[in-house]
Amino acid sequence: MTRYLFKSILQIVPVLFIISMLVFVLVRATGDPVALMLPESATEQDRIEMTEALGLNEPLYVQYGIFISNAIRGDFGISYHYGQQALPLVLERLPASIELAVVSMVISTLIAIPLGILSALKRNSYLDLIISGISVLGKAMPNFWVGIMLILFFSVMLGMFPVSGRGGLENMVLPAFTLGVGLAAQMTRMIRSTMLEILNQDYIRTARSKGIIEAIVVGKHAFRNGLISVVTIMSLQFTSLISGTLITETVFAWPGLGQLLVAAVNNKDMAIIQAAVLIIALLVIVINILTDVVYRLLDPRIKYN
Amino acid sequence: MTSSLLEVKQLKTIFSSENGDVPAVNDISFTVNPGETVAIVGESGCGKSATSLSIMGLITDPGKVIAGEVLFEGSDLLSLSKKKLNRYRGNKMSMIFQEPMTSLNPVFTIGNQISEVIRKHQRVDKETAIKKSVEMLERVGISNASKVIKQFPHQLSGGMRQRVMIAIALACMPKLLIADEPTTALDVTIQAQILDLIKHLSEQQNTGVLLITHDLGVVAEMADRVIVMYAGEIVEETTVEELFDNPKHPYTMGLLGSTPRLEVEQEMLEAIPGVVPDLTEMPSGCPFHPRCKYAIEACKLEKPALIEDFPDHFARCIRAKEGL
Repeated sequence: MTRYLFKSILQIVPVLFIISMLVFVLVRATGDPVALMLPESATEQDRIEMTEALGLNEPLYVQYGIFISNAIRGDFGISYHYGQQALPLVLERLPASIELAVVSMVISTLIAIPLGILSALKRNSYLDLIISGISVLGKAMPNFWVGIMLILFFSVMLGMFPVSGRGGLENMVLPAFTLGVGLAAQMTRMIRSTMLEILNQDYIRTARSKGIIEAIVVGKHAFRNGLISVVTIMSLQFTSLISGTLITETVFAWPGLGQLLVAAVNNKDMAIIQAAVLIIALLVIVINILTDVVYRLLDPRIKYN
Repeated sequence: MTSSLLEVKQLKTIFSSENGDVPAVNDISFTVNPGETVAIVGESGCGKSATSLSIMGLITDPGKVIAGEVLFEGSDLLSLSKKKLNRYRGNKMSMIFQEPMTSLNPVFTIGNQISEVIRKHQRVDKETAIKKSVEMLERVGISNASKVIKQFPHQLSGGMRQRVMIAIALACMPKLLIADEPTTALDVTIQAQILDLIKHLSEQQNTGVLLITHDLGVVAEMADRVIVMYAGEIVEETTVEELFDNPKHPYTMGLLGSTPRLEVEQEMLEAIPGVVPDLTEMPSGCPFHPRCKYAIEACKLEKPALIEDFPDHFARCIRAKEGL
């Protein structure tokens, strides 16, 4: 286990290195920031001066060399748009994203586990049908719509929660629910099918033959085996939440990474794109390593060498 | 009141399918006395496993027990609430399954899985339960029991896992042990050891054993009485000696004829022609007549009853008396 962890942590370095190259090249391949930054009336001379000032006249490998040697020291360059260091800007947004992701996951898990198990236990019943229907609905409703409806009902009509912005727990409720509903829908379906498969296993019959109550058969013997799938989907959902909650962030004016990153792409703000992508990549790698550790704890058959 | 340990009366279990309800167990009656080993034999799909699962209340959807009684020491298990049934399961009666590789929960230790049943039925603390679990493992012939108790199923061989299953089944000293093909998935040398173990422990505790098997060798080795099942019904029932010496039902004769025997010089084993009929499309009359070499016109017309034509020897064949 320790060896596995050590090896995984060592692997972070080359992976980040390759991602840094990819993002560096892609950012430069998709357009010229100079053209975007200068007014239409700018002359050719202005353009050349600007290019030189930004260091974009050097060959690509020289630019990359400068970028990576600075990045290792934590300097991802100055944001064209904000005129500040890129990394602190990204890190400043990170807590908001993580916070929203964690709370959404908690909501989704709390909804999905009981519904998924219930749905599997009462397979093909009306209850199962209703839960399946709700799941499909949850998956089909677009985030922006759910968000706006929640704002309309709970903020505008009932005045229970703030309309937007980040602050206390009350600010978190609506955006987290907006995200949580969609995630729960997906997770409920997954838990249902996993539990159905597990409930047919021979060891469940053995557990029943021991005379233990059904709640323990399901809660201990079956669900413990289903946790692996729950962790898998949680890890996938979490990694996508870290970077991909733009719509919800926009609807609720939530100051997360998604908004920053998309704005940076629109502005060709290279420093921010590079910093944000590398930070997100690092988080994804760390979450994957943690997921592997949890797998090992949940299933003794899994060994890492 | 009877002195039987287990009395199954007119048990009927069906499985719902797209082609209608399939009677997997059709009007089965038999008894198991304390300390007695009763074997149920038959081909795959004859309803022997469904019978044992019905007794334990382990038939799950789409299966359903629709008629009959399962009297355990006089009380009908089929009419008990789940809660009351759970006082019997794992305690007074327990079961060993065919698949040792998959019958243990992969994510819990052996100790957890044995002590669970002890704690459930004997109301002892965790420590005592673990101590008893170690003792049980030693009794089923696992030498390094205190180490095995901390291991997970995947770390044990098939034979070891079946020993663990036996330890779980016998942990609460049941009066009835149902063993559903306990050795089918094991290799031959391990088979003999496991059978010896079941025999030895059940004799020690005076446990009644209901042994489900398709292997007549196992029957000869273990059983006092034998029930032969065909297409969900009992076709013959008698003592083990009588069955091997004087089989009365052509199906039993076929089974015996298709089993190699050391004392008889045989060039070829006789196979029973055809296959077990599809339970949704049962032939008219005797269900065995399409495969029976003794079948006559009358066999196609009416289903024969299970009749005691000879003392303590029941057969479901209209020609049984003729001495086929």
